[in-house]
Amino acid sequence: MNQPLDNPSGQVVPAIRVRHVTKTFGGVTALDDVSFEVLPGEVHCLAGENGCGKSTIIKIITGVYQPDAGAEIEIFGQKLSAITPTISRKLGIDVIWQDLALFPLMSVAENIAFEGMLGNVPRIARHATLRKKAAEVLTRLGVDLDLEAPLHTLSVAERQIVAVGRALVGDARLVFMDEPTASLTQSETEKLLAIVAKLSSEGVAVVFVSHRLAEVLKISSRVTVLRDGRLVGVYDTDGMTQSHLTELMTGHTFDSVVAAQDRSKAPVVLQVKNLTREGEFNNIDLTVRQGEVVGITGLIGAGRTELGHALFGMTKPGSGEIILNGAPVRFRSNRDAINSGVAYVSEDRLTLGLVQPQSIADNIVLPVLDSILDRFGLISSSKKDKTVRSWIDDLAVKIGEPTDPVTTLSGGNQQRIVLAKWLATKPKLLILDAPTVGVDVGARAGIFEIVRKLADQGLAILMISDEIPEAYFNSDRVIHMAGGEFIGEYDPRSTTISEIEGAVFA
Amino acid sequence: MRNFFRNNPTEAILLVVLAIVCVGLSIGTDQFLTLVNLANLLNASAINIIFAVGLVVVLIAGGIDISFAVAASVVQYVTVYALGYIGGGNWFWGFMIAGSLGIGLGLINAFLIHYFRIISIVVTIATFNAFFGLLMFITSGRYLYNLPDWWTTRIILVEHQTTSGQWAELTAPVAVMLIASFATWFLIRFTTTGRQLYAFGDNPEGARRVGINIAAMQAIAFGWAGMMAGIAGLMQVNFVQEVVPNALIGRELDVLAAVVLGGARLGGGRGSVIGCILGVMLIAIIQNGLNLLGISPFAFKMIVGAFILAAISLSNMSFSSLSFARKGRV
Amino acid sequence: MTKTYQKLRDLFGAEVLGLALFLIAVIVVFGVLSPRFLSGANVGSIAFQLPELGLLTLAMLVPILTGGLNLAITFTANISGLTLAWVLQMNGGVDAPTSAFVIGVIAAISVGTLAGFVMGVVIAYIGAHPILVSLAMMIFLRGLGEFLTHGGDISGFPEYVQPIGHGYFVGIPIPLLIFIVGAIVWHVMLSRTRHGFAAYMVGSNIQAAGYSGIHTKRTLTLVYTLSGTMCAIAGIIMLSRFNSVRVGHGEAYILITVLACFLGGVDPFGGFGRVMPVVLALIILQVLSSGLNLLGANQHLATAVWGLFLIGVMVIRWFWHRFAQKQY
Repeated sequence: MNQPLDNPSGQVVPAIRVRHVTKTFGGVTALDDVSFEVLPGEVHCLAGENGCGKSTIIKIITGVYQPDAGAEIEIFGQKLSAITPTISRKLGIDVIWQDLALFPLMSVAENIAFEGMLGNVPRIARHATLRKKAAEVLTRLGVDLDLEAPLHTLSVAERQIVAVGRALVGDARLVFMDEPTASLTQSETEKLLAIVAKLSSEGVAVVFVSHRLAEVLKISSRVTVLRDGRLVGVYDTDGMTQSHLTELMTGHTFDSVVAAQDRSKAPVVLQVKNLTREGEFNNIDLTVRQGEVVGITGLIGAGRTELGHALFGMTKPGSGEIILNGAPVRFRSNRDAINSGVAYVSEDRLTLGLVQPQSIADNIVLPVLDSILDRFGLISSSKKDKTVRSWIDDLAVKIGEPTDPVTTLSGGNQQRIVLAKWLATKPKLLILDAPTVGVDVGARAGIFEIVRKLADQGLAILMISDEIPEAYFNSDRVIHMAGGEFIGEYDPRSTTISEIEGAVFA
Repeated sequence: MRNFFRNNPTEAILLVVLAIVCVGLSIGTDQFLTLVNLANLLNASAINIIFAVGLVVVLIAGGIDISFAVAASVVQYVTVYALGYIGGGNWFWGFMIAGSLGIGLGLINAFLIHYFRIISIVVTIATFNAFFGLLMFITSGRYLYNLPDWWTTRIILVEHQTTSGQWAELTAPVAVMLIASFATWFLIRFTTTGRQLYAFGDNPEGARRVGINIAAMQAIAFGWAGMMAGIAGLMQVNFVQEVVPNALIGRELDVLAAVVLGGARLGGGRGSVIGCILGVMLIAIIQNGLNLLGISPFAFKMIVGAFILAAISLSNMSFSSLSFARKGRV
Repeated sequence: MTKTYQKLRDLFGAEVLGLALFLIAVIVVFGVLSPRFLSGANVGSIAFQLPELGLLTLAMLVPILTGGLNLAITFTANISGLTLAWVLQMNGGVDAPTSAFVIGVIAAISVGTLAGFVMGVVIAYIGAHPILVSLAMMIFLRGLGEFLTHGGDISGFPEYVQPIGHGYFVGIPIPLLIFIVGAIVWHVMLSRTRHGFAAYMVGSNIQAAGYSGIHTKRTLTLVYTLSGTMCAIAGIIMLSRFNSVRVGHGEAYILITVLACFLGGVDPFGGFGRVMPVVLALIILQVLSSGLNLLGANQHLATAVWGLFLIGVMVIRWFWHRFAQKQY
């Protein structure tokens, strides 16, 4: 078990089999002699870090990119010398990208069966046929959606289902799903997984492409792991743990250091009593002390980010108390929270963490404009430079010029800029929400070094993470959250990681 | 009907407001609900509706067009000379020439937008200035009165003498307006191309990925708006019986306001022919009503402006949930 | 050579340099074609024409930076001018005392500011599209103005109002001086104040700006409020330049100001753009029109050239962008 499988396919004709795929862009090798195989009706995971080549291989299979010479491609037993997007679709391969490419203002029926509307020559749009097709697909999926409802009125999970429906209208026999559970709640994820199971039983192969695999591991049978454009191996998911998979994906073992320390004597910075917000979290009791890193983990949709938002003043809790440094607080907005010394590193760096196209320097000083004013109340460029420089040095951010757009930085360096920005506000409580999303493996250790250093300086840190090893090795205490409630607390020094994983994935 | 109300909330509200205004005016004045008044309202609004149904296609496809009214003026002048060249022509040639010139001017916008990836508001502001400046420069602002008879003759489609002896008449622009509305309605509602336009305006990247031809979408949207502008220009000459180079300037923003009032969405994906008609008619009826109520004509625009401002504020409040949904990953 | 170029570019930005080179080229061409072009009289007339359009462009610039638009600028200016005219008329018209003028100016600026404030509130707090809100405000203000004036001119102001539109101060035309002050204030506001900083951030990504503690709604409201204030100043200058107020005066400027902003490299989606390049773009537009005038063409040809010029610049930027991307 958990060893690479040599000949998993046996006698079955694979839905897809590619071998010796190499793809170089300019001088950069995105894929290096990768082989990949999916069986009909199989639920398969394609796992790997950002930039490991996952999306490149999908683009080769769907004909968006052409592989370098020497690749062998076989789709449903048919050997192909070249794939184009049209051929790929005709052979029944479809990709549901993370952003779904749906039409929010159009009806569910039109979104599902839009294929019938394509073509350059105008025809009469047959709404009845289209509705019928969409209804058939939904029946096949065993879901009941209002065909006339505009898509934007649906939940994210229902939109996922619509996207799956669209793929099925095209008679897809192999569907790639790109990060499908990224924005789903727990129950929504289960609904989606049920549909995937149904597809699988009908012989449609589903490939999950993800770096957050906890949920999909449960229902997929095999996982192909890529790292740095190379194939690490194909594994049976039976008995596979998330930490083992993370090791395979990152090539990095996490068994060495548990950073936890006893901080129970330190003064309390944040105390939360009975905090409840309808539909998000219930009766939360939480204490974070000076210098303490408290990890909150659990499955997606457990209400972790929602709790973070409430502590940051973005939403108002329905009942309960937040006590900061001994004084009860009631934030009217996140500005109140920032002024009270709360900082929040969002999991969504792209749209919330950074003002993306603006410069590195501007992003750093954004929340601390008051501190860089000269005596006339104008922004002092020398003070601004000084602030920017000191944070860039302090957090060892690798940048070109402070005036460069923040988009020019790597994920790890962008996250350092986010940290710099919030540390500039001199916070007492730092909330980190999925601090390593989109950050390369090598850079992650660096981020946690900073986190540890900050804790040692006395900052109270609340770290939300769905990657259990991350929470386990870097927190002083790990709290397990599920269904909007805290259901367990662990001391990493006296608990093994498998115990926590066992509890979370139970 | 239930679906109409759910999928077109703005149009539905507009319909209700229009009904209330009409009932109110019917009770408050004795002239509003007369055939003569209603016919005149339709005659006067026909040209704006033709403009509106062209513009709404651009809005549905996610663009905006500032240049169409000026383009209509350009079409009027060129059509006068083209008709002179072919010896006077007739309605058939009038429509052919004005329609194709309009399409041509619209395609200039589409080309610049698509090929050079410039957003539509920048392109159409540029072409607005270019069209208008060149027209005024070349014509030196001259009015044209010497027009073919067929063009300026008032064509009465339906007439009816009321008991008071006045004639209620519906004129040619109304018929053209009906055909233009019907054609647009058919295009956007019942053809695959129309549905592609909605999809393109709704999510351009998604549209590209499902295989919609983006260049064709821009060409069709701006070509259609141009064609309708050309035809509106043709009918406006029939209505006022002269060609004045700056007669239509400023109309673009009035029509835009009416179309948006009618539920079209800046940013694409939403808009309807019925909304255009309701939007234009509501503004026209309010003005007409103010007139009948004896309010100074100088106050009309002020009241209409305040009304639109209030309408936008109110309709946006009910849509705030929508804008939130669109920010999410779809 | 490249070092000097780099230094200049760092100081002014590539946008300014390109525009400045173009401006020099235009001046040289017209200077050669028409001997009167570089005469004091012509330069003077440009200096008197520029401020009206210039101040209105400044009023348009900040809303565009936040990803919006203010289509009500000229009518806000008209209504503000009208307010001043009304105060003067109430206090004796030609014989109105200076105190009346001061009160009138304050009233005019208040009215313009209020119009901007109302738009800002609707845009920021209700979330309506700026194009729609300002369009509705435009229709409303135009109607209000026509209602009050019945479409006519209002004239007959005291003597001392004249110099604001026609006078000189230490050899510089007073309207130009006001424009220069306005441009400097705007430049400082955008590059050095918290509000300006927030405006750029809101224009780039309003959600992220809000997350970082920027009061995005207040920023947007203030942006449109200040835009209204700037319109009022433009309205006062227009009053004294023409010695009359007519609603609809300067209507053609609405879209020209947008054109000038885009020409000056302001990002139509918001978030990027500076005062200096926009001022340069304005000078180019004014020089183009005055040069064409001297060559015997009229303002209409200049308008057409402006439009074509904007298309040309956008196309050049497109080629430049493509070229720059190919470098990688």
